[in-house]
Amino acid sequence: MRYEAPATAKAAAKLLLGAKGSAKILAGGTDLLVQLRSGMKPPGLVVDIKHIAAMSGIKKERGGFRIGAAVPSAVMGENKGLGKAWPGVVEATGLIGSTQIQGRATMAGNLCNASPAADSVPALAAAGAVARIAGPGKRRDIPAEKIATGPGKTSLKKGELVESIFLPKRPPRSGDAYLRFIPRTEMDIAAASAGVNLTLDRKGVCTAARVALGAVGPRVILSAKAAKALIGTRLEDSALEGFAAACSAAATPIDDKRGTKEFKTHVAGVLARRAAVIAYERAGGKP
Amino acid sequence: MIKTKFKLVGTRPLRPDGVDKVTGRARFGADISAPGMLHALILRSPHAHARIKSIDTSRAEKLPGVKAVVTRDDFKLPEREDLVDICRNVMAREKALYDGHAVAAVAAVSKTVAREALKRIQVEYQVLPHVTDVDAAMKPRAPILHKGMRTIGAEPAAKKDSNVAQIHTFGHGDVVKGFAKADIIIERSFKTEATHQGYIEPHACLATYGADDRADLWCCTQGHYMVRNACAGLLGMEVSHLRVTASEIGGGFGGKTTVFIEPVALALSRKAGKPVKLVMSRDEVFRASGPTSSSSTDVKIGITKKGKITAAQAILRYQGGAFPGSPVQFGAMTGFAPYDLENVHTVGYDVVANRPKQAAYRAPGAPLAAFAIESVIDELAHKIGMDPLEFRLKNAAREGTKSSYGPTFGPIGLEATLKESKKHPHHLAPLGPNQGRGVACGFWFNFGGQTSVSLNIGEDGTVSVVEGNPDIGGSRASMCLMAAEELGVPYEKVRTVIADTASLGYNEVTDGSRVTFAVGMATIKAARQAIAIMCERAAKIWDIPAEAVVWEDGCAKPAGSNAGNFKPMTLAEIAGSAGSTGGPISGHSEATADGAGVSFATHMVDVEVDPDTGKVTVLRYTVFQDAGKAIHPAYVEGQFQGGAAQGVGWAINEEYIYGEDGRLQNPGFLDYRIPVASDLPMIDTVILEIPNPGHPYGVRGVGETSIVPPLAAIANAVSEAAGVRLTHLPMSPPRVLKAMMENGKGAA
Ligand SMILES: Cc1cc2nc3c(=O)[nH]c(=O)nc-3n(C[C@H](O)[C@H](O)[C@H](O)COP(=O)(O)OP(=O)(O)OC[C@H]3O[C@@H](n4cnc5c(N)ncnc54)[C@H](O)[C@@H]3O)c2cc1C
Repeated sequence: MRYEAPATAKAAAKLLLGAKGSAKILAGGTDLLVQLRSGMKPPGLVVDIKHIAAMSGIKKERGGFRIGAAVPSAVMGENKGLGKAWPGVVEATGLIGSTQIQGRATMAGNLCNASPAADSVPALAAAGAVARIAGPGKRRDIPAEKIATGPGKTSLKKGELVESIFLPKRPPRSGDAYLRFIPRTEMDIAAASAGVNLTLDRKGVCTAARVALGAVGPRVILSAKAAKALIGTRLEDSALEGFAAACSAAATPIDDKRGTKEFKTHVAGVLARRAAVIAYERAGGKP
Repeated sequence: MIKTKFKLVGTRPLRPDGVDKVTGRARFGADISAPGMLHALILRSPHAHARIKSIDTSRAEKLPGVKAVVTRDDFKLPEREDLVDICRNVMAREKALYDGHAVAAVAAVSKTVAREALKRIQVEYQVLPHVTDVDAAMKPRAPILHKGMRTIGAEPAAKKDSNVAQIHTFGHGDVVKGFAKADIIIERSFKTEATHQGYIEPHACLATYGADDRADLWCCTQGHYMVRNACAGLLGMEVSHLRVTASEIGGGFGGKTTVFIEPVALALSRKAGKPVKLVMSRDEVFRASGPTSSSSTDVKIGITKKGKITAAQAILRYQGGAFPGSPVQFGAMTGFAPYDLENVHTVGYDVVANRPKQAAYRAPGAPLAAFAIESVIDELAHKIGMDPLEFRLKNAAREGTKSSYGPTFGPIGLEATLKESKKHPHHLAPLGPNQGRGVACGFWFNFGGQTSVSLNIGEDGTVSVVEGNPDIGGSRASMCLMAAEELGVPYEKVRTVIADTASLGYNEVTDGSRVTFAVGMATIKAARQAIAIMCERAAKIWDIPAEAVVWEDGCAKPAGSNAGNFKPMTLAEIAGSAGSTGGPISGHSEATADGAGVSFATHMVDVEVDPDTGKVTVLRYTVFQDAGKAIHPAYVEGQFQGGAAQGVGWAINEEYIYGEDGRLQNPGFLDYRIPVASDLPMIDTVILEIPNPGHPYGVRGVGETSIVPPLAAIANAVSEAAGVRLTHLPMSPPRVLKAMMENGKGAA
């Protein structure tokens, strides 16, 4: 196993492209190292991105935030501006693992590991986050929800890597929230999760919404139908009931050790409803 | 006579092993290495049930760096009957009986080489139908695990092969008559899923087998004498040719009371002629150590309108894995033990299934029975509008009660725990919406057993207690306290060490809550013997009869003015002159300890249930338990809290989940959910002390009773909060939500 720690994204892309056998990007390693220890075939090349300066910071850009791919969750949690603008995304990333894990775990790693239960992904999808991909050719931007194509699979091509994730400027009276269901209080994996991001008009009526469900399908589910159930409402009980039902209808979970289909379907609706109420209050709406 | 006035016993000094554990100096199973050591790995069956047609190890043996490969061919079936199943469990023979059953093992120069070697071993399996559920295993056409196994205790005698190994019955009176007298009868069925002790340290050992057929074994175990005897039997050795040293132990809870990897490491070391280290991964611990039984139980209890139990009956079925020996008889014996019953009858079915052979887990078998029985007790109390504690008090077993399993109780503390819980602030605190409070009682026998202790007086007046029971719950602190109490020296002057098997007589395993009781008693006796010798030495110096010398406050003193006027001699002074008064001074005790006092507990717990998700949060928990005498109260509280904490896991989220293919789906701590710290409230404890007449200080074992009531107490609380009776453990969110919705209780 060869280990490289290049200083630029270009150099990283070059190494990845030139690799003869399999190659893996190493960000925080909280997925990769665990997988290696539990019997995954070691890759021929490991490219550590933590020495790439351009990937290691959080920058303001056009009123939004550009978060480097090597930025650990703990650093995101300490950025006050980011926390104020995108509390749901920061919270979601803050749920990953424990204090120790958060000193290493990155949002890009969470995204590229492509677990259906990844915590930051529904929040990113709801936020309309955009991943910037570096590679052999020109940089390109794609929506965060387009990275994972199925469990453990991404749309990235050989030589490509996520360089940063961009959270756009948001209109006034906007709020987001993320909730997951775990049987315990900590150190667990979501059986269902929901991210909600919405914008209100002056009267507290929802004018725009994005709703994403996690762990209830092979990849994150962005439900326009569920979002529609919020738009035009003040999140009255009846609207929320319809919304929860729409979310449950959008969920496509499987029966497994983490719960039955029925359970996950129901809880996806419950969580989305609770997250919507939090997002609504964050946007300045009065319940 | 039971001693009641103490200087040191009952205080809370620092634990003697604390510094080692926080600084990392303590050596656990995997912490030791030897020059030239090899690393071993075990190949395990991926099938729940399969005939092993052939095993070809030749390609593995040819791999450079591989020094030994062992299979069933390297283990002769032992003559000792009690070792036959252990042998079959340690290494599969004709059949693999569960997912994870060991099939071959390799010792190589590195783990990497060993891993590669495992891949080169070719095993030809013929996959057979399997069964993992207890009720399914008892069905007439279930796949049979053991050809020729006939149910022992069946009436009429069994004529066909069965997965039911044995039927146990207990009770007295006439339940048919008793039920006829009842005004109200409740009958219910319950299920529990298998759990694992969840000790944090995986099994690990280092075996060194010499060319002279003498061997040393270092391992993490609850009983190194047991390991010695089992390994010697399996390898055809004489016990004294195998010396076993117990490492520090990172938890066991009963799960380390048998052997899994130790005989394999020895066999590999014998074959390779080199030290062999073998460490289980967590995945292996889950798949191939000894989890608990899963169970299915029917309970029927009848009462009068006034709340007196007229008859009680339970049928218990425990699946104990691939070999006979589930603790169902303990379930059948203990479940009704808290009650004074005229008519009681229990039947226990010991069932085999395609799962790892169960091992002990704190009060083996009792929590499952208590869950079912205490649930029905709770329901009956509510049915007649009686406080569940009052109901239990009305029917409680007392001194003189003929127990449900036979013997008549001596002085016991059940009533005291119930009365104490009735007046505790917890009982009187208000509950909020979606909250419920549950109580339950629990009983455990406790045990004594063979014990050997030496106590050596050092030349400078310090003391070493040498015992042979791995310290799993702070027992070294308790031994130091008891020795210091007897000798009249400060706690810090005593050091307790756990000797290897060659250095001390036989000791039974650290189990049955026996150590503070039995080893404590031996320590006290050894100290008293040393005191007698020291009195003799003083008498010799003073030239008076030994009877004229007494031991007080750490000194030998003349018994009275008649004996003479001598300045008392301290322990250190006597020790310092021992060389000229007769030589080294030690005390010993070698005995089979009888008189272990039974122990009862009552638990009280508040929970909240989220009506939208079925998630249970434990809000408040109080344990009331009789300790006889708490030698080191902080450790007693630790045992109470530990039992309750493990009970919370068992009740709410822990469960072995098998797929259709008979494979374990969750062999890791991510999906096998033991509680994390934030899942638990502070667990409050109330220690009651009703002395056990069988111990010089009144000690009763406390380690196991504490896990008996929690499953039931929590189920009773959840049932109240959810508005529906929960009868299947664990009460994981999907199960609770489903039960609520089916009863129209969930906020759908
Ligand atoms: C104890 C523990 C608890 C955990 N708890 C949670 C939890 O609660 N919720 C949760 O969602 N996850 C959890 N995880 C999983 C993990 O911590 C997260 O997925 C984390 O975000 C991964 O980030 P990383 O930087 O460590 O990724 P790495 O392990 O470095 O990488 C993960 C994967 O992404 C690829 N990758 C990394 N960066 C890039 C990039 N820039 N471009 C392209 N590919 C890349 C890697 O090659 C690898 O395949 C937990 C893990 C552990 C060990």
